[in-house]
Amino acid sequence: MKRLLTRAVLLASAALALTSGAHAAAQQPPATILNVSYDPPRELYDDYNTVFAKYWKAKTGQSVTVQQSNGGSGKQARAVIDGLQADVVTLALAYDIDAIAAKTGWIPRNWQSRLPNNSTPYTSTIVFLVHAGNPKHIRDWSDLVRPGISVITPNPKTSGGARWNFLAAWACALSKSGRNAGAARAFVTKLYKNVPVLDSGARGSTTTFVERGIGDVEIAWESDAMLAVEKLGPGRFQIVRPSLSILAEPPVALVDGVVDKKGTRRVAQAYLNYLYSPQGQEIIARHYFRPRLASVARRYSWQFPAIKMVTIAQFGGWNRAQQTYFADGGVFDQIYQPNQQ
Amino acid sequence: MVNALPASAAPAVSESAFVRRLLIGTSVLFLGTFLLVPLGCVFAAAFAQGVAAYAASFHDPDTLSAIRLTLLAAAIAVPCNLVFGVAAAWAIGKFEFFGKGFLIALIDLPFSISPVVAGLTYVLLFGSHGWFGPWLAAHNVQIIFAIPGIVLATIFVTFPFVARELLPTIAAQGNDEEEAALTLGANGWQTFMRVTLPNVKWALLYGVILCNARAMGEFGAVSVVSGHIRGLTNTMPLQIEVLYNDYQYVSAFAVASLLALLALATLVVKSVVEWRAAAIERPSA
Amino acid sequence: MPLFAAGLRRKSIIPGFGLTLGFTVCYLSLIVLLPLAATFVETSKIGWHEFWRIVTGPRAVAAYGLSFGASLIAAGMNFFLGTLVAWVLVRYQFPFKRILDSLVDLPFALPTAVAGIALTTIYAPNGLFGRPLAALGIHVAFTRLGIVVALTFIGLPFVVRTVQPVLEDLDRELEEAAASLGATRWKTFTRVLYPAIAPAAITGFALAFARGVGEYGSVIFIAGNMPMRTEIAPLLIVTKLEEYDYSGATAIATLMLLISFVLLLGINMLQRWSGGRGERDAPEEPLLTPAMGLSG
Repeated sequence: MKRLLTRAVLLASAALALTSGAHAAAQQPPATILNVSYDPPRELYDDYNTVFAKYWKAKTGQSVTVQQSNGGSGKQARAVIDGLQADVVTLALAYDIDAIAAKTGWIPRNWQSRLPNNSTPYTSTIVFLVHAGNPKHIRDWSDLVRPGISVITPNPKTSGGARWNFLAAWACALSKSGRNAGAARAFVTKLYKNVPVLDSGARGSTTTFVERGIGDVEIAWESDAMLAVEKLGPGRFQIVRPSLSILAEPPVALVDGVVDKKGTRRVAQAYLNYLYSPQGQEIIARHYFRPRLASVARRYSWQFPAIKMVTIAQFGGWNRAQQTYFADGGVFDQIYQPNQQ
Repeated sequence: MVNALPASAAPAVSESAFVRRLLIGTSVLFLGTFLLVPLGCVFAAAFAQGVAAYAASFHDPDTLSAIRLTLLAAAIAVPCNLVFGVAAAWAIGKFEFFGKGFLIALIDLPFSISPVVAGLTYVLLFGSHGWFGPWLAAHNVQIIFAIPGIVLATIFVTFPFVARELLPTIAAQGNDEEEAALTLGANGWQTFMRVTLPNVKWALLYGVILCNARAMGEFGAVSVVSGHIRGLTNTMPLQIEVLYNDYQYVSAFAVASLLALLALATLVVKSVVEWRAAAIERPSA
Repeated sequence: MPLFAAGLRRKSIIPGFGLTLGFTVCYLSLIVLLPLAATFVETSKIGWHEFWRIVTGPRAVAAYGLSFGASLIAAGMNFFLGTLVAWVLVRYQFPFKRILDSLVDLPFALPTAVAGIALTTIYAPNGLFGRPLAALGIHVAFTRLGIVVALTFIGLPFVVRTVQPVLEDLDRELEEAAASLGATRWKTFTRVLYPAIAPAAITGFALAFARGVGEYGSVIFIAGNMPMRTEIAPLLIVTKLEEYDYSGATAIATLMLLISFVLLLGINMLQRWSGGRGERDAPEEPLLTPAMGLSG
């Protein structure tokens, strides 16, 4: 109800801004940009798009409509490669934007260095969502491979979030076994034996866990887990943060090939830049993503306890990780060989 | 009430009351669990938080735009397939020619093609790396991830409906009446409008109804070519998925209930059509 | 038989052959054949060996096995229960019969995604049926059984709607003759009635089967989507697409297209075989929801 109200207020203020700025906009045609995004930041961008439109109107007098598309990260990248005219992409992992760059040439290969913080204005991490009171006493990764524990995580082949989950589990097993890859593999194999459903996306997994009542623990994006607790079950679920997790960096990028064709480069660039502003960072933190800006991060530190985190660089970057673990015939496929059943 | 009207007077050609009840019971149980319960589930979930929450679902502009897009796609796809269906049924039903069986199998093909494959084929054709992709991009024409792609995918999955419904009826009618009309000096168009059409109008209507229901409910194929832009390229089934993933279960089921209502309306119209057709055919038979 | 029609077509005074056939072929080519051709050409680019490697990969083979196996079981259930429902709807009178009769078409009209979500809600371990079944140790949602349930729902109308008209047209005198010759009711059914309705029931079975193999929308919600176990073939195509493995996706799509086409040709032959028993004028039963009462 509160969310509805804030949304209504935002809409109303946007409408006001639109009417009041109508005269100034006479010389500047209204712009429309499309943000193609992955699943978890739905609510974040719902909010941000309205705020940005207001900011842009005040700054330049131009009205801008931000169209929004959400879906699994791989699916969204695939759509952009096949011609979905995205001005900006805000996806779950750099690999998906690399794929767009490699297959279309619409994004330069060095895209990740064009914006601060590896082009990731916000970060997140991987946590556990468990039933209230934590009846199965799940504290850390090692608890997930206990016999009889049912773990919900999406399919790493189709879900970006699931790949972060997989790598976080792998990293934890590596650190516990003194960097023994064989032990890590055995651990992850055991972990996936406890998974009864592989949804195609992170949101599907949360629905399975929360609504269908399947599983003792869901491995989830921190942002999605906090949102699920707020929206679906305050008092029904709680979050457990493992001793070691992974720094998930969902990147953003300008699609040069599209903005130059549409003539929207200026507004699209501003759209991404504004994410790094204090206002943008504030919205990010409100929607349970970890902000980059220290001042905002400090104010929300109660919401984001510090966790020890590895980074994707420790896996040799996304291209390496993708080839090793998730490509056809990679580690994940080997875990699912028929003789392993 | 049960067995108030025994199917036959002779006991030797009917089952005992026990067997009859057993068979009826099994059927009702089967249809109940597989049809009524899912249907009830949709409405129960839609009204789980009361009528107000249900009604509020339809104030979302994205949902309204999804409803409009679905109506638009059906409004284009159904007439296209109607014209095609009539032409195909005429060509196949009234004439003998080489390769007819093959042609019928091709017309049926969209029935058994996975909707996902159907969507994929359009991506291969109109996507940036597809056959026509570069040309379309050069001319600033957007087919997939825009309304034309959604309409095309809808036409594909509903392709055979009208043709398949009309074909047997037109074929069964024979050519005698048309030949008589033509001999009496009517032209081809008049013959079709005055002689053929009245004979097949119920089958035609039925085909259109089914075609429409499928057009509005298609998910898999449209999902591949839509791009999921909120308020722009989301159809009703896709909007249901979006709402469902937004944890807005009531809204998701509210939109679903609209499609379920459409399904029910389709069934009612279909029953009326059958009833009218039967009422008209009986005296003449 | 039309394949062997002498010449291009029989002489007729009915006009419009060129126009309607021309339009039919053009429209068919544009909407169906051209996109399918694109799929075949894309597949041919990867070469035979690569194609063979992809379509015989263990995950792909497991997915076909599941898609075909589950469709086969679901179609089998519909074969028996559908025939039973058709029998009950034609032969008996009971309250709400007309409503039930109309409801049989629901799976055609209800969007598959809605059906999938509804079935998952019902059969999940905390659902209406899922809870008591789970207490008995039977898990439906997110298992292969769930896929069978969804495909049974999707294929439900086919057998009912193909058998119904045949039963309605069946000559009662045959049964009476059998009865007067001393046959028991069961014997009359197996020797007289069953042979008459079997071709229609088999056609319905084949249709339900063909529909089930390609079904996507309703299944992905209720299947667990586990590779090698509950991952259906259409889902594998989507998965490959999302990994940017276009050749893998098109290769599996091509194989499924070929299978669909072979199935359809088979069904058409079945229909001609069963249709040959009835009116000679209408050899083709309508594929989907035959308009019984309309054509018959």
